[in-house]
Order: sequence, then structure tokens, then C-alpha cells
Amino acid sequence: MSEFTYLFRGREVNASAEQMQKTMEKWVAWFKDLGAKGHLKDPGHPLEHAGKVVSGKKKVVTDGPFAEAKDVVGGYIIVEAKDLAHAAELAKDCPILQVGGSVEVRPVQKLSM
Amino acid sequence: METTDHLFRREAGRMVSVLTRIFGVHNLALAEDVVQDAFCRALEVWSFRGVPENPAAWLMAAAKNRAFDILRRERTARTFAPELGRLLDSEWTLVPVVNELFGSNEIKDDQMRMMFSCCHPRLPEEAQIALILNILCGFSVDEVASAFVSSHSAIEKRITRAKHVLAKSKNLFEVTAPEEFSARLPTVHRALYLLFNEGYHGASAETAVRTELCREAMRLTATLLDHPHGKTPTTYALAALMSLHAARLPGRVDASGNLYSLFDQDRSHWDRQLLAEGATFLDLSATGSELTEYHVEAAIASIHARAARIDDTDWKTIVSLYDTLANIRPSPVVGLNRAIAVAQLDGPERGLEEIRRIADCGRLAAYPFYFAAIGEMELQLGRNETAHEHFRAALTLARNPMEQRFLKGRLRACEPQDITPVATEPAIS
Repeated sequence: MSEFTYLFRGREVNASAEQMQKTMEKWVAWFKDLGAKGHLKDPGHPLEHAGKVVSGKKKVVTDGPFAEAKDVVGGYIIVEAKDLAHAAELAKDCPILQVGGSVEVRPVQKLSM
Repeated sequence: METTDHLFRREAGRMVSVLTRIFGVHNLALAEDVVQDAFCRALEVWSFRGVPENPAAWLMAAAKNRAFDILRRERTARTFAPELGRLLDSEWTLVPVVNELFGSNEIKDDQMRMMFSCCHPRLPEEAQIALILNILCGFSVDEVASAFVSSHSAIEKRITRAKHVLAKSKNLFEVTAPEEFSARLPTVHRALYLLFNEGYHGASAETAVRTELCREAMRLTATLLDHPHGKTPTTYALAALMSLHAARLPGRVDASGNLYSLFDQDRSHWDRQLLAEGATFLDLSATGSELTEYHVEAAIASIHARAARIDDTDWKTIVSLYDTLANIRPSPVVGLNRAIAVAQLDGPERGLEEIRRIADCGRLAAYPFYFAAIGEMELQLGRNETAHEHFRAALTLARNPMEQRFLKGRLRACEPQDITPVATEPAIS
């Protein structure tokens, strides 16, 4: 088994209270399912949308990220899967896809010495 | 921990009510932003960490924290609720005051303030209902539009205008003054009644949507019964008529979405518990001297509820109750329902006579069940062709596929080989 990071991008905009509850319930169910099948290595964290970006040699600090809502990373988790293809397959059930978002699946580098 | 159905929607009404009390009614939009923000937070945190032990309290706490942020950050730039005035300016009073306002008893009163404020006398009835659904029931503009089978832009306009009127009033309606409370109460009753009717008789094709409207109207009526000034015989009558009608909902539409008239419903599907509740409310409504249209409509519904089979219906009492109703609140729909009852009591010929006598029947020209009722009586008299014409007219007015299917069934009944006379459902029943 190898570890993979899921980066979630995108969020529902202009959703009604009812729709938001429905979305939340789908997420809870998805996490539960991942956990029950032993894939959820680390439940990670949701991230605040506003923050600072520190960049360059001059260490410029700006407010941000000022990306479009669909490009902002909203949170991450760490998943255990057989290989990258398997990890991508597991991400297909993520509720974020239903609201037009995306899951970026990245293998965690392991240095074996 | 699982969330209950419609938790967000329900809590939206409670949160926006208390926040508006603190921010002031002119800051309604700010209160709505804070609610939306609390939902976003819940969506993110609960998704990752699971639903908390007490989700409603969690949401309320998120709204409260956000309220503190805003009050501290903007208290010099913005004015908040005038009646709280200075109390929000100093850190010494801010915390205890806001904490107290977020207490559960206060919130009950705040919901009542909001409900009475939405029934502003300057707002037309349809705007009052749209506002109640949007603010107190947490329906989005799209959800209100779909419930009313109206366009997004029409409903948006209606709600925006109504909120403008609301935001311009100096304060939220004050519910602790008994006289003002009693003066506005009839408007609130009427709005809740219309909300219920929109669900029960409305045009939406989706049974689920309509059931929801009925349920929301009943929930708000229950909060009214929970308030010392709101617990009047008329409120009980309104609650009785809602329960007694809602009890019949499961018999009205079957699993495949077929509509059944009162005359051919399977009465074993009626909700016994709601019928019992309705009967209790009706008893409680029978005090005091006022006889309202809600009392009479509840009484009519209770007679239907009492009849185990359609043939056991006490039509004589129903006709006399419709006479009373026509005196209290005359309308062509009441006239139509009365005529249908008369037809049951004295035969279809008499029913048709009564239909011809309805004053102002032009207002029924777009109502499919007006033509259907005539069709039914003509059919019983064996005048199949005339009946067929009327059912055709009704069909062109049908508001959704469910009504269309029902009326097509009636059209088939007019064909000579088919002899299964079934009367149409009274519009109000």
C-alpha cells in the first residue's frame, strides 16, 4: 500500500441551505466509506479560504490566494491505496465532483534508504 | 451523529431571526450573510470531522462567533439594532447581552418577531408568504420559485421588494405588546393559511415540494401555539384545519403520482395521528366567541375525517357549514365547494343550479376543478357529451401532469362504454 494526498478544489456557490446540507451529508458518507474500507490514512484538514502568500527572494507577503473559487484548495486528506490508478479510482466518488470541483491525487514521496 | 432532515433550512430561520434582532432589521442582508457563512463552515468542518454531537447548537455557536467579530469590527462604522443601542458599544455589556440574546427562549421570540414582521401590512399577501418561506423557512429564491411554479426573476423581484420594505421599517415587530400582537395576528394567520393551501392545492407537480410547504406552515403554526399571546382559539382552529387536511395527503396521491379525489381515496391511508391531533386542536379552538373561517373549514374537514366511507359522509351538516363559511368569507371557491356538497345531498341537478348561482364565478375561469365539477355532475345525469366538453376545458387548464392524468381519466369515463361515476374532489377538501 502507498500513500496519496488528495487536494480538493472548488466549492458550491449560491447553494441553498437544503443543498448545502445535502452536500455535507454526502461528504460525511464518503469519508465514512473511505474509513470503513481502510483507505483513510489521515483525515487531513479543511482550509480557510483567505490567507497570505509569501513569495520570492524579497519575501513579499500578499493577501491571497486570489484565485477563482474553483481553483482554491479547500482541504486535503491522506489516503492509502494500492497504486496511483487505484487512488484515482477511489477519488471518483468524492462529492466535490458533483459541484464542479476537482480532486488532485498526488503520491506522497517515500525515501527508502 | 446524523443530521435531521432539513436541519440547515430550519436553523437558517432561527439564526437569521436572532441575528436580525441584534444587527437591526436594516441589516437583514448582513444577517443572511452570516447564516450563509455558518453553513459554509459547517459544510467544511463537518465533512472532514463528522457531524458534531449537537449540530444545531454548533451552527448557532458559529453564527454567534461571527456576530461577535462583526459587532467588534464594525461597531463604529455601522449602526446596529437601535433598541440595543449602547449595550453593543462596550465590551463589558456586549458579551453578556449577545449571549443572552442567543438563549433559546429569546430565539423563540425572535422567530415570532420575524414572522410578524414578514406579515407587514404594506406587503401584498403573496409577498408575505414568499418572504416567510425565504427568511423563516430557509428556502432559496429558486426553491420558492419552484414551489410557486413561478419564474426565478419574478420571485426574486418579489422577495427583493419585500425585503426592501422590511429593511426600511425602524424595528422588527415587537411581540411583547399584547395589543399590537392581537392586531397583527389575523394577517399572520392568513399568511400561514395561504402557505398551507399553496402546498395542499398548489400547482407544483412535485408531491414532495407541496408536502414540505404544508409541513412548514404547520411548523410555524406550532411556534405560534407555543407563544403566550399566539395561543388563541383561532390559532387552534388554524392548526386543526391544517392537521385534518394534512392527514389526507397520503391518500391523495399514490406512489406513482396518481391523484385521487376525496370520493375515491383509500381512507385507510389517512394519517391517524394527524387526525387525532386535528380533533384535539378543534376542541381547543371551541372557546371564546369568535367564529372564523378557520373554525368552519376545520369543522368541515373533521366531518370528512369522521366518515369511514364516502357514503357515510354527513353532507347535510357540510352544506350548512358551507353556508356559514359563505357568510364569513364569501368566495367563488367556497360557492363551488358548497355546490358540490349540495349535489351530494340533493342530487346533481341541484348541484348544477347552485354552480350557476355562484356570484363572481368568472374568477374560477382558470380553475380546472370548476369545469371538472360541472363535468362530474353532467356525467351523473347521463349527459356524457356535455360532461366530456367540461372535462376537456378542465384538461386545458390542468397545472401539472398529475392533474392532467386525473382529468384524462375522467374524460375516458365519459366514453359511452365506461360507467364508473366518480365525483370530483371539492376544491378545498
